[in-house]
Amino acid sequence: MRRATKDTEESQRRISRRALLLGVSQLGFAGVLAARMRYLQVDEADQFRLLADENRINIRLLPPVRGLIYDRNGVPLAVNEQNYRVTIVKEDAGDVDAVIERLSKLISFDPEELEKSRKEIDERSPFVPVTLADRLSWKQVAEVAVNAPALPGVTPEVGLTRYYPWDTDFAHIVGYVGPVSDYDLKRLEDPDPVLQIPRFQIGKSGIEAKLEKSLRGKAGIKRIEVNAIGRVIRELDRKESTPGANIQVTIDSALQNYVQERLKGESAAAVVIDTQTGDLLAVGSSPAFDPNKFVTGISVPDYKALLDNERRPLANKAVQGTYPPGSTFKMVTALAALEAGVVTPEETVLCKGFIEVGGRRFHCWKRAGHGQMDLHNSIRQSCDVYYYEMAQRAGIEKITAMANRLGLGQHFPIPMSAVAEGLTPTKDWKRRKKGADWVIGDSLNSAIGQGFVLASPLQLAVMSARLASGRSVTPRLIKSMNGQETPLGAGEPLGLNENHLRQIRKAMFDVSNSKRGTAFRARIVEDGFRLAGKTGTSQVRNITKAERARGVIRNRDLPWKRRDHALFVSFAPFDNPRIAVSVVVEHGGGGSTVAAPIARDIVLRTLYGKLPPLEAYPKKDRWRIRQEQEKLSLRDPAKPSEGQDRA
Amino acid sequence: MSYLEYTVKHVPSGLRKLLHLNWALVLLLTAVSCVGFLMLYAVAGGAWTPWVEPQMMRFAMGMVVMLFVAMVPIWFWRNMAGVAYGVSILLLVAVEYMGDVNMGARRWIDLGFIRLQPSELAKITMVMLLAAYYDWLDIRKVSKPLWVIVPLLIILLPTALVLKQPDLGTAILLIAGGGIVMFLAGVSLYYFGAVLALGAGLITAVFRSRGTPWQLLKDYQFKRIDTFLDPSIDPLGQGYHITQSKIALGSGGWGGRGFMQGTQTRLNFLPEKHTDFIFTTLAEDFGFVGGITLLGLYMLILGFCFYTALKTKDRFASLTTLGIGSTFFLFFAVNMSMVMGLAPVVGVPLPLVSYGGSAMLVLLAAFGLVQSANVHRPR
Repeated sequence: MRRATKDTEESQRRISRRALLLGVSQLGFAGVLAARMRYLQVDEADQFRLLADENRINIRLLPPVRGLIYDRNGVPLAVNEQNYRVTIVKEDAGDVDAVIERLSKLISFDPEELEKSRKEIDERSPFVPVTLADRLSWKQVAEVAVNAPALPGVTPEVGLTRYYPWDTDFAHIVGYVGPVSDYDLKRLEDPDPVLQIPRFQIGKSGIEAKLEKSLRGKAGIKRIEVNAIGRVIRELDRKESTPGANIQVTIDSALQNYVQERLKGESAAAVVIDTQTGDLLAVGSSPAFDPNKFVTGISVPDYKALLDNERRPLANKAVQGTYPPGSTFKMVTALAALEAGVVTPEETVLCKGFIEVGGRRFHCWKRAGHGQMDLHNSIRQSCDVYYYEMAQRAGIEKITAMANRLGLGQHFPIPMSAVAEGLTPTKDWKRRKKGADWVIGDSLNSAIGQGFVLASPLQLAVMSARLASGRSVTPRLIKSMNGQETPLGAGEPLGLNENHLRQIRKAMFDVSNSKRGTAFRARIVEDGFRLAGKTGTSQVRNITKAERARGVIRNRDLPWKRRDHALFVSFAPFDNPRIAVSVVVEHGGGGSTVAAPIARDIVLRTLYGKLPPLEAYPKKDRWRIRQEQEKLSLRDPAKPSEGQDRA
Repeated sequence: MSYLEYTVKHVPSGLRKLLHLNWALVLLLTAVSCVGFLMLYAVAGGAWTPWVEPQMMRFAMGMVVMLFVAMVPIWFWRNMAGVAYGVSILLLVAVEYMGDVNMGARRWIDLGFIRLQPSELAKITMVMLLAAYYDWLDIRKVSKPLWVIVPLLIILLPTALVLKQPDLGTAILLIAGGGIVMFLAGVSLYYFGAVLALGAGLITAVFRSRGTPWQLLKDYQFKRIDTFLDPSIDPLGQGYHITQSKIALGSGGWGGRGFMQGTQTRLNFLPEKHTDFIFTTLAEDFGFVGGITLLGLYMLILGFCFYTALKTKDRFASLTTLGIGSTFFLFFAVNMSMVMGLAPVVGVPLPLVSYGGSAMLVLLAAFGLVQSANVHRPR
């Protein structure tokens, strides 16, 4: 746009005038800066030079010693081992590749590891030591030390790393540690500076992760004097680090070892709980993995193999696996009906093999039917029709409430990874999640532990413990922390009718001790140790009408993934219950043939405190049992695993 | 006078423009950047990575951008001022939603080829828009209240967005830079007096508000002010940076301790030594001589901006040039005051020397504007 010339000239004059003003003040400020520089660097230089020379004291963090984990008898489960490693400092090494080349003649490097180290050397400042090789033997370290003149910049160091002597046995309970990752830093929002130490290890799963804060401890500080190029001259003083808390768990390591060994070959879980205190004596999950592999960083193929395994070795099936409880749920339905007063123990229901409700046929597992069934026989022979009737009488609300009272659908806050809540369905739940109304068929299916009901082996063990004690036993995994005992999980009385409980217990006793009980073949003949239990077989597929007409396909003719889950819940000894045991074998087949014998063996092993004598078993099984016992490869508690050359 | 009138006079065109570039300014910018490369090499412990190489690449890129900007007539840039300003405001808003968080502040936006700090861009585009505004505005209206509100809004919009990140240093620079352009444009001094009085009142209010439920600054910001006033109250915490920085400068003495011999830098007593505190490394290694040389180079660059601004007859060109020069001045003046303990630590980099891509690129592009103003003035 065009403006009068006068204006523009006026404007330029004004700019010039003000620019001059601005220029002068900027020059003035530069003068102030120069004067300040002169004051600091010339006038006061001597004083500051002195301060700088004193300023050769560096502060370094001393990583804390991680707390140890013991079993209930003081047997170590997670320890810190001395670990030799060699580090390299780039600026001292000069030609890094040549030095590594020479070093590789003394130590055999894992190419993958070496690649990681090279990357780290490139990324970090040249004066930062980078670990080249970890977990070396004393001999290897000695060779490096002898050849030091040919290996500039290479230093052997000693540190602590985590080691799990029971490797696979406690993989799911104790978990494992690993180096802090960027993801961890973001996830934890933990400002502890010790996490910034390269290769500092923190818990990644299990107790190691859940109780990380207690186990880690507090870092110490050391002040060191360094020379002008940063090399350490001497240590001035140090404030020692505070070691992490030692933790004692309620698990019995020898029993745990037995349970893992007994479950080997199956995809299964088993839980042993003390009915008086809630102490978890063993929490088995099979197959397992070796946590020691994770400590140093597991190789990609190994990790992929674990992930791809259809039996899910990384999952802790005992607490995070949830299964339809099948017939093991019948005690819940029975108690709900008894407490609601809709049935008496003596009242009978006719089982003719099926029941018709709402135009649909609901079948009993026994096609021919059981005939007249009272409460006792319905549990002993696991009659389905009796419970279809109870479901109609009591209603789903009462059944769900009883399930919750007995520990199903409850979250137990034990420090293990991904403890599942399971599922006890309600009408509300179905409307919310499935967008459909509750139908009577859902109640019938739930009454026999099928349909929507889901429970973890841990919850099933708690349920058995509560049935046995009549108290709301809660599981306890941590026995003590730093010598301080944690409270027991004995719980308050459940407030159930003692007569009803007695009826249920008696029926469970007969499941494994009377000729027509479903688990009679897995009985115990030692009088003081007899067990009471309940079998369960839960379908993972639908049986069509056509299949039922042809005859249900037997489990061993099905692919593994489609076979039934085998379950067994129990407590023992019957007269004076001390332990409750639950066993779930994924796609194992029948509860009576697969799960019950495992539970029986675990019960005996727990009660005897050692491998049970053959006299506890029925006569005709003893020969077979002896062979099975001989096949077990149990560990020696004093020396659970043979480490390699560990100094 | 508008560019239409230039056509009767001679404005260089074609390749002759290259001859009219201010080559002394190019040389000075290169010299300052080389000081930066040298210091980045030193703080990396004598290595080209991780800082020198990328910095050199950005310098080369910035030089190309500068030449490009210089070749385009200054009046084109005036017409683009509004667009440029709009883009940087959009980027500032975008960084709020998709920026990367670093050290508690959300400042960067990842454009794929570069991690851009939109607040750097905003400093320059704001100056451009203000200059274009005063170029358009009738000189007699400059001090009318209504016409003072417009530039105030132009300044306060990016300032508010930057404060939200939060980035106090950049916010102060934006206000000061914008204020200087308004001052140069001839806005009545009464307004500046009023703002100063208001500012003094605000500062009193801020300090009075401390400890009350309606306190106006965050606790850590109050702490920074405390430690600035007396670094010795917390020598290992907040005051640490200032104390260590002063020790580094002082121990450099007259001639310095020699290249890469400074213990303060080498032993990691300095924070952010490749960015905000890089001047301390220079002053430690090369002493008073090194520090005053860099200050001298900076002042010469500033001088060339003034020279260009006073030579040109175009209002937009002289206001932009002076605005850019002053922003540049604010950069190094605030940074140096901070490391020498004259101002609180506010996180302002040393221009062309501190490690940082956006600042380097944006500054060189801005000097491209100065060059363009120089090339396209009638002779």
